[in-house]
Amino acid sequence: MPDLIHNALLAAQLVFQPQVLLVILASAVFGMAVGAIPGLTATMATALLVPITFFMDPIPAIAAIVTATAMAIFSGDIPGALLRIPGTPASAAYTDEAYAMTLKGRGHQALGAGLVFSAIGGLIGTAVLIVGAPALAEVALKFSSFEYFWLVVLGLSAAVFIGSANVVKALIMLILGLLVACVGLDNPAGYPRFTLGNAELMGGISLIPVMVGMFAVSEVLRFCVDTDPPLRMVQGRLSGVFEGIGATARRYKMGILRGSLFGTVIGIQPGAGADMASWLSYAMSKRFSREPEKFGTGHIEGIVESGAANNSALAGAWIPALVFGIPGDSITAIAIGVLYMKGLNPGPSLFLNNPQNIYAIFLVFILANLIMVPLGWAAIRLSANILRVPRNILMPVILVFCVVGSFAINNTVFGVLLMLVFGVAAFLLEENGFPVAPAILGLVLGSMLEETFVTSMIKADGDPLVFFERPISATLGVVTITVLLWPVGSALWRRWRLGRRDGRVPG
Amino acid sequence: MKVNDALSGALLALLALVVLFAVKDYPTIPGQDIGPAAFPSLLAGLLLVCSAVLVVRGLQDRRAAWVSPGAWLRSPRHLLNVGLVVGGLALYVAASDTVGFIPLSLLILSALFLALDVRPLLVLPVALVATLVIHFVFYKLLRVPLPWGWLQGIAW
Repeated sequence: MPDLIHNALLAAQLVFQPQVLLVILASAVFGMAVGAIPGLTATMATALLVPITFFMDPIPAIAAIVTATAMAIFSGDIPGALLRIPGTPASAAYTDEAYAMTLKGRGHQALGAGLVFSAIGGLIGTAVLIVGAPALAEVALKFSSFEYFWLVVLGLSAAVFIGSANVVKALIMLILGLLVACVGLDNPAGYPRFTLGNAELMGGISLIPVMVGMFAVSEVLRFCVDTDPPLRMVQGRLSGVFEGIGATARRYKMGILRGSLFGTVIGIQPGAGADMASWLSYAMSKRFSREPEKFGTGHIEGIVESGAANNSALAGAWIPALVFGIPGDSITAIAIGVLYMKGLNPGPSLFLNNPQNIYAIFLVFILANLIMVPLGWAAIRLSANILRVPRNILMPVILVFCVVGSFAINNTVFGVLLMLVFGVAAFLLEENGFPVAPAILGLVLGSMLEETFVTSMIKADGDPLVFFERPISATLGVVTITVLLWPVGSALWRRWRLGRRDGRVPG
Repeated sequence: MKVNDALSGALLALLALVVLFAVKDYPTIPGQDIGPAAFPSLLAGLLLVCSAVLVVRGLQDRRAAWVSPGAWLRSPRHLLNVGLVVGGLALYVAASDTVGFIPLSLLILSALFLALDVRPLLVLPVALVATLVIHFVFYKLLRVPLPWGWLQGIAW
């Protein structure tokens, strides 16, 4: 306990500095705006922030990412309610519901509920993060390369199997990401691979230009080919945002708690982030509701629960990211890149050697969810202006910003080339139903997977059973193999049952 | 632009084969089974299997065309937009050292603004302000050595 207080005080010293607080405020405003503008996602906010955080100290750098994403996930609700276009994919689950409320003249209540319960969900997720991460780190200290190998495989398989419409395409994207991670000298043998004789490729493919390309340039391209008619905004009352919020909170307190905890669990799952949490918890809210028939007609219950879930998922995703270095979603995948860049290599030793840094991250989470309420209120009041931002001016400016950001990492134009190639590739692949998130996870986890694989194989000396010798490693291994074989098994089972049923039908 | 899965599968299979070919001459580490080629070969093998599944599925889906261009590929306006983004970035990669950041940024922004129907009166002023703000933030505040190019003589 004295340790905890000591660390919390040290963390407070790190966070409560004018510069850090300013960074938090600025990135909060930035995240609010990015989330509220349709076509700009929370992941894009992170990708655009990374080149700037490159020049910051570790704590403000992480603070910027945490704050901006928390704001963006909430403010994605604003265009959802007013334009029926989710500002970020995480708001998509209840966009129709919120829009229906706006049509009934209750848009201010939908947005108020989104805001308050986003903050509450975020705080509950943070509480789980604060309690869960250090406890898990204790366990993780005992892990050897075998456990890490299984964890990475488990994480990657979860990323492929959870929430992908097409498992084969998700798997292909994962493999492509892992192959890109192979480029360069950074492998256990120290042998230059796939460098094509290019000195720039010796150091490997830098993460940041790739991410800026995949998450920002591809969005700019998508805007450029958008043939949909221009957006039209519903005029509605935007004052009295917090009207009746207490009654709503009391009425749906179980839903709020369920959404927040469920969202955190989904966030912990690698590959499934806020989007998934929001869809699933909206469905769950309907299932458990006493009045499911009202869903879809402008009923606030689903907004309350999944609004809390998507923000709590953000905090949940940081648990595996900080403890194992395995990202829970694409945002933490980028954040892990930043942690490595700042010398704060994620893993249990981070909790042991620099606990004040971990506590500082926790503190930033709490602060971010607290300032969300006043800033979100302001964003709702100003939403008419934010939504009228001319995107035909914004998108080209973002493109130039991407160019400079990709250049700034190594000060070579090669970064810009990487950004272009990966941006166009991500755009074309997404048009053909290949999801981008598994590729990013593969890229981030590639070297860790290879390293733990090679180390374990050398230790095992050709005997695969060694992978199952240690108790935790055996458990993880069995779970992983079950997850991997699940789709095959369930398909066979269905075919077998169908076959039996058909067999019984005479003729 | 939608490409039939059989076609994208074939392309991916080709990629897998290229990877397998590229790693076949990688050295082995004496006394160990696992050299630098092991991991990429494993991945390429998996990729080969997956692309085969994709090809089979694409061929089974008889309704799908080989290539079905999206709405934007048939609209010259949108095609121009994409061309300007990709072309602008390619131009930047090729010419930024000689021409410099400021002229190229002005050019890319103005061209895209015009293509995206920004009011003509606004095009140059907004492009100039955006360029100078980004230049100030990265060159002065973050000390990124953005190339001056043609403006080397009047660098500030």
